[in-house]
Amino acid sequence: MNNLKKLFRMGKSDRELTLLALPSLLYIFVFSYLTMFGVIIAFKNYRYDLGILGSEWVGFSNFRFFFISEKAFIVTRNTILYSLWFWVITTLAALLVAILLNEISRRWSKYYQTIMFLPTFVSWVVVMFLVQMFLSHDYGFLNRFSETLGMDRVRWYLEASYWPAILTSAHLWKSIGFSALVYYAGIVAIDPSYYEAARMDGASRFQMARKITIPMLAPLIIILMIMAIGNMFRGDFGLHFFVPNNSPLLYNTTDIIDTFVYRALSVSGDIPMATAVGLYQSVVGLILVVAANYTVRKFSEENSLW
Amino acid sequence: METYAMRRSGIVNALLNTFFILLSLVIIAPFILIVAVSLTDERALTTYGYSFIPTQFSSLAYEYLLQTPMVILRAYGNTAFITVVGTLLSILLTSIIGYTISRRDYSFRSWVTIYVFIPMMFSGGLVPFYILMTQYLHLKNSLWAIILPGLLSPFYVLIMKGFMGKIPFEIIESAKMDGAGEWRIFFRIILPLSTPALATLGLFIAFNYWNEWFNALLFIDEDRRVPLQLLLVRIMNTLDFLRNNSEYIQGLGLDMSQFPNESVRMALVVMVAGPMMFVFPFFQKYFVQGMTVGSLKG
Repeated sequence: MNNLKKLFRMGKSDRELTLLALPSLLYIFVFSYLTMFGVIIAFKNYRYDLGILGSEWVGFSNFRFFFISEKAFIVTRNTILYSLWFWVITTLAALLVAILLNEISRRWSKYYQTIMFLPTFVSWVVVMFLVQMFLSHDYGFLNRFSETLGMDRVRWYLEASYWPAILTSAHLWKSIGFSALVYYAGIVAIDPSYYEAARMDGASRFQMARKITIPMLAPLIIILMIMAIGNMFRGDFGLHFFVPNNSPLLYNTTDIIDTFVYRALSVSGDIPMATAVGLYQSVVGLILVVAANYTVRKFSEENSLW
Repeated sequence: METYAMRRSGIVNALLNTFFILLSLVIIAPFILIVAVSLTDERALTTYGYSFIPTQFSSLAYEYLLQTPMVILRAYGNTAFITVVGTLLSILLTSIIGYTISRRDYSFRSWVTIYVFIPMMFSGGLVPFYILMTQYLHLKNSLWAIILPGLLSPFYVLIMKGFMGKIPFEIIESAKMDGAGEWRIFFRIILPLSTPALATLGLFIAFNYWNEWFNALLFIDEDRRVPLQLLLVRIMNTLDFLRNNSEYIQGLGLDMSQFPNESVRMALVVMVAGPMMFVFPFFQKYFVQGMTVGSLKG
């Protein structure tokens, strides 16, 4: 009630500022809050002709259909494992590259940085073509190359077991430059006097990296880790959809919740079930983000989201 | 660090540089491969497959594409429209809300802040969004279906708020003394003062729109509305179809050479992704700054 009174009695300044922000407030209402309301489709048997409100309530049956299928386990497992694994491997590789970058002269490191950053600028659609150039059965570079060595061709796009490694390579290729540069920026910001003092005491480069660089980067690493955990229920749609060329034979190791929901919507058209799975992802994601933020606050108040 | 690095033994330096040269080669290899294939004669491709050095040089693929430039030009036009309109609108929406919640004297500051950030925690997911766009806003096959969804990101609002909050309040106060209203203050004083933040954010947003494919994939079917990235997706699918059904197509009496072949396909990728590969690296510094701020709330 107090707020309502305030609303009617608000000063000229408040009124003008509210009016100024109004387009954005409306935009957020339509694109975020209205779609939140739309999750009730998950509990209905949605039909286009009846609309959201007119469709019949069916309780949790849409969820049941998803969770009794083995798909639920596969996509959940894939989403979580890829998120965590990508974080671990990217962080390790990026730290290594960042520390080594700091060891060479600035003049050269600039060139390397620019080259490593190039993949950041290409879309996953383009990466799909690049990967095909290596893996294609008929023309692919790898198959042609292994033939000249007298080995058999490999049907990369038909065998699911190859794909964790392929997706990891594609992910690393695309993200290493950016991640390394984030850590490199962190290293450059470290007070040089630490290194001066260590050198006076006769520390080797390796010792300095281990005893100064890594500990100084620890807060950054931990915060990025907590954020990754908060987001681990969300996968990289572009990577998992385009790079395996959406091949059904590979779903066992490539499918994640995001691609599953997309297909349920656009291929099978099972709208209620797709909504239910999306809601499942959003709810678990919410719990993870809240938990992650709670943990960030314990480490450093200023880096938490709220 | 310069002198320090050079003082080190030559062997270690050589090893480090070898490591980075090898890493750089691994990273640019796919780019070299695709350019090489796009410049290779089609028959040589069938015989030798994709290789890093054109076994038989041919610029026929590019000539073919330049003879029928309409498809590419139209896609470039669509993408340019999406990028320009999207970036301008997005900057405007982000700055008005970012500014409002940066004002400490704004009575509803905390309410509006919570309102903006709740969507960061929870979203309705893909399907309610899809139904909103197609059933209620009727945006299927409209370029606005690509522009609208990305207009306002809470992360960018956060960055904008952080930047505008640093503008001294005395400036706003003295403008008020002179009788300026809030809108006037925002458009005449705050926006011009925020040019660096607007430029950095604008770069990000423009980059995102340029590379957008997700909403295009969901909402665009009509040929004349296809943006660049979706054009690539379609080329891939067309070729998969042709490859798997070549007998069927011959049976229909269609000439396979009429369709984009291997080198044309790769030349198309080069022409779509290539130009920006030369533009974006100039802004690399801002990307790192902006992304670091974005992920850590500077």
